[in-house]
Amino acid sequence: MTDPTLYAVTGAALVGIGFYGLLSARHLLRRVIAFNVIGSGLFVFFGAAGARGETVDPVPQALIITGIVVALSASALAVGLIAAQARARARATLPDEDRGGDA
Amino acid sequence: MTAFLVLLVGPLCGALAAIALPGRAARAAAAATIAATLVAAVGLAGQVVAQGVLRLELGGWAPPLGIALEADGLAAVMLVMTALVMTAVGLTARHALAPDTAGARAAFGFWPLMLLLWAALNAVFLSRDLFNLYVGLELLSLAAIGLVALGGTAAAFAAAIRYMIFALVGSLLYLAGVILIYAAHGTLDMHLLSGLDPAASDGLALALMTGGLLAKTALFPFHVWLPPAHGSAPSPASAVLSALVPKASFVILLRLWLDAMPDRTGEAALTLLAMLGAAAVIWGSVRAIAQVRLKLIVAYSTVAQIGYLFVVFPLAGGAAGDLPSASGAWNGTSMLIVSHALAKSAMFLIAGQWMSVAGSDRLADLRGLALLMPMSAAAFAMAAVSLAGLPPSGGFTGKYLIMTAAFASGQWVWALVMAVGGLLAAVYLYRPLAVLFARTDAPDLAALSRARQVVPLILAGASIVLGIASAGLFEILPVGRPQAAEEVL
Amino acid sequence: MTAILPVLLLLTSLLPATITFFLDQDRFRLRNTLNLGGAIVKVGLIVMMLLAVAGGASYETSIPLAPGLVVLLQIDTLALMFVSLSAFLWLLTTVYAIAYFGRKREQSRFFGFFGLCVASTTGIALSGSLISFFIFFELLTLTTWPLVAHKQDRASLRAARIYLLYALPCSVVLLIAIVWLKGITGPILFTDPPDLSQVDPVTLRVIFAMFIIGVGMKAAIVPLHGWLPAAMAAPAPVSALLHAVAVVKAGAFGVIRLVYDVFGVERMTALGLGLPLAVLASVTILWGSIRALQQTEIKKRLAFSTVSQVSYIILGAALASPMGLIGGLAHLVHQGLMKITLFFCAGIYDERAGVRAIAGLNGLGPRMPWTSTCFSLAAIGMIGLPPLAGFVTKIYLGLGSLQAGAPWVLAVLAASTLLNAAYFLPMLYRLWFADPAPEVAGDEAAPALVAPAVIAAMGALGAGMLAASGVSPLGWATLIVEREVAP
Repeated sequence: MTDPTLYAVTGAALVGIGFYGLLSARHLLRRVIAFNVIGSGLFVFFGAAGARGETVDPVPQALIITGIVVALSASALAVGLIAAQARARARATLPDEDRGGDA
Repeated sequence: MTAFLVLLVGPLCGALAAIALPGRAARAAAAATIAATLVAAVGLAGQVVAQGVLRLELGGWAPPLGIALEADGLAAVMLVMTALVMTAVGLTARHALAPDTAGARAAFGFWPLMLLLWAALNAVFLSRDLFNLYVGLELLSLAAIGLVALGGTAAAFAAAIRYMIFALVGSLLYLAGVILIYAAHGTLDMHLLSGLDPAASDGLALALMTGGLLAKTALFPFHVWLPPAHGSAPSPASAVLSALVPKASFVILLRLWLDAMPDRTGEAALTLLAMLGAAAVIWGSVRAIAQVRLKLIVAYSTVAQIGYLFVVFPLAGGAAGDLPSASGAWNGTSMLIVSHALAKSAMFLIAGQWMSVAGSDRLADLRGLALLMPMSAAAFAMAAVSLAGLPPSGGFTGKYLIMTAAFASGQWVWALVMAVGGLLAAVYLYRPLAVLFARTDAPDLAALSRARQVVPLILAGASIVLGIASAGLFEILPVGRPQAAEEVL
Repeated sequence: MTAILPVLLLLTSLLPATITFFLDQDRFRLRNTLNLGGAIVKVGLIVMMLLAVAGGASYETSIPLAPGLVVLLQIDTLALMFVSLSAFLWLLTTVYAIAYFGRKREQSRFFGFFGLCVASTTGIALSGSLISFFIFFELLTLTTWPLVAHKQDRASLRAARIYLLYALPCSVVLLIAIVWLKGITGPILFTDPPDLSQVDPVTLRVIFAMFIIGVGMKAAIVPLHGWLPAAMAAPAPVSALLHAVAVVKAGAFGVIRLVYDVFGVERMTALGLGLPLAVLASVTILWGSIRALQQTEIKKRLAFSTVSQVSYIILGAALASPMGLIGGLAHLVHQGLMKITLFFCAGIYDERAGVRAIAGLNGLGPRMPWTSTCFSLAAIGMIGLPPLAGFVTKIYLGLGSLQAGAPWVLAVLAASTLLNAAYFLPMLYRLWFADPAPEVAGDEAAPALVAPAVIAAMGALGAGMLAASGVSPLGWATLIVEREVAP
């Protein structure tokens, strides 16, 4: 298995794990982490896609960096909102998903 | 090219200024930004009419390496529409979100978020690079989520978080699609993509991107986040969220399916989109009929109205894309986008004003308000006429053009959807109107000044006038479209 | 100049209406001047055009709304007939309404929507294409709603809701039919009817039925008539508008346009559509009359009478014979004049004597002689006794039915005449011959209320007595048939 393929498979696996987490977790912080796992998986995959040729394509690297910044700001906002909601309701789950919530 | 610069950078700088400056100065900076961006949008539209499609390659680097911005007719129309709604919302928010009425949190947060949102919208309308669009969409979603959370109540936070989950999943799906496209073609520029041979992974890529965009557009069945989010945001924010935000992701869908990758789509997929649209029309309307709060009625109406837009895909794409009726479907859909933006923002602004007068937006508390505030009641009625697609209004013109295209291309089912949707809209909008109009013992409430009632009236009036005098719109719209709109009686 | 005239005609109602909305409630004089001024200018314009069109002129304007959507306004003899009727009655109703409302509140809203209604009716009359017709037809629906709901009480709101409940679904049916036909034949212009010879006859029959549902609802064809009696909850000037100036007339006018300028007599006969339409009209005529008999309130009885009388117009169109059409067209005007007289009078009885029930009319004749004379004249005209307008109509319809080879229509006409007599004569008997109830006091000290009724009644009388001359409604109807249909 060549290097880029390994990265691509790892990326795909991360995406899969992340989606499982996103769907199964009720706690909102877990969901944010799952979101980041998916994002990382996609970026790894993207990087692998850019490294397939003889020379490494620089465009994916630029895009990945941008993507990481975007994902970071989205995560920051998400954590902020979850904290605000937890203060307001003393829970870190959505109202209609309280049952079985692990907050 | 100054207009490009002002449209993209102006609102960003304005947002920063609104954060950095103290209260009064922040609002002054926001007002100045709004004025400048409005002028730039109108100026750009004028340039597009005069010179045709305007293109800007950032830093002088041409795609595939560089990123191109492009203002065609559709983009110009969207930019002007956004600027008009934003200006009206800004004028209303000066009172509705003053610190002493709305609280310091909302009064501080609204202006930067609104300007960020505007910058994101402009970026989405002007970009032709799939990754650039992703960044624009993310900025758009983050600002929109912030606006939903402005209310500061537990319900608002819950609505914002639910919106966020959909928006983030949507972003990831879209990003995954973008990566597949890049891996297959080595470019993300829409123009270049349209000229390339399809790759095996394109179908999956398009499906992923579409799924992501549908979640952000709130098309049935991805609409569940929309009503609570739009219903619990402060009304000026709801106006922006409902009138403009879904349009951004829809415009990307339009460009993807009809311009960038028309040969990767199948009839079945086009029909599926329209079927989801039809389901949205029916379900959104039925849910709207069941609501007792005005803002939720208006929010569910957005779910239904978004459905109309998706009927365009089988009428302007696939086999029907080569028929002369395709341009009618395209024109009609653009008309619906604009008239819905005007009418829906008017409705939310009015709902906010009534809430501030009556203390709640439950229908039962709004009895007899038409006598107290005839101007905003008239504005609400006019917006309702446009949303129900009754003539003369932009809503009617758009619907008529689409119905004509549907019959002309032998797909009359979609015309029936439009017709039934109009009737359902009349039902759910009739209830608030009848309540407003009922005579009660003069409600002991203080009306808002006429100067404040006039802003939504102008928006609603514009959605009506659009049905009578839309020559300007149809002069801009065909710019950059291969199938120019032909004149037929 | 000639291209501006149709637009000017619209603006005479549209402008005063728009300005009226923004006037304060207590600007009585300005508002009255505006509305009366608009109405007078309009009547003046129409007299001018009547002369020109009689001499062979025609006017046309097209206003593009969007690529593929054009509003076409044109003035032909048929348009002019309807527009003169509505303009003349608008003037009368404006005078009447100003007196009727006096110093009451919410007048700016009333006169604003009233003007919009008349503007829509003008648009319906002038429309040169089916889609223009539809746009104004719908605008009429929308602008009538606030008028029906004007009192804002429970009954009025219910009436207004029922009105929309009938109007909107039917208009959707109409719109689908229009778009469908347009998809087959291209744009549908009244001056240049589409070529239907290649279209599948079953499709055409379905489209025709959808058209009749769409416009027939406003003409109160059974079973789409339920909204009209319910709408009598509205004030008297609104009833006048619904029954004579605008709404019901727009429906009947629409049927004529469809039959003669979209489908054409030959196509309709070939498709076998004339007979079902004539039967539908006949059923409506009889059913309306029977229901009118059962009513105990003046306005309700008059409302069912309208249901019945308007279908004379449709019957005339359905017979597809020249005489029948002349009768139907003339009845468009005749019924308008007579019915507006009756509603004006019903309003006066209500306002000046507090009488709404038929039983309350006892002995009012001598106390309110002007009103009661007008009421009696119009009622006799409705029954169809010579020399009033209704008589002329029935003669022509009868001749038309023989011409069309449908003698059974004579029986319908005879039965309807008997029924008309049965529900109008008792009212006249009560007015003039019954002993007055002691507690009812009535007077006519409101010349602005009585004068419009007198003028309208004289119009109905004149239309019958001068029927043979060229300037009468009948003369003009003959001109229409000669010019538009016969060649």
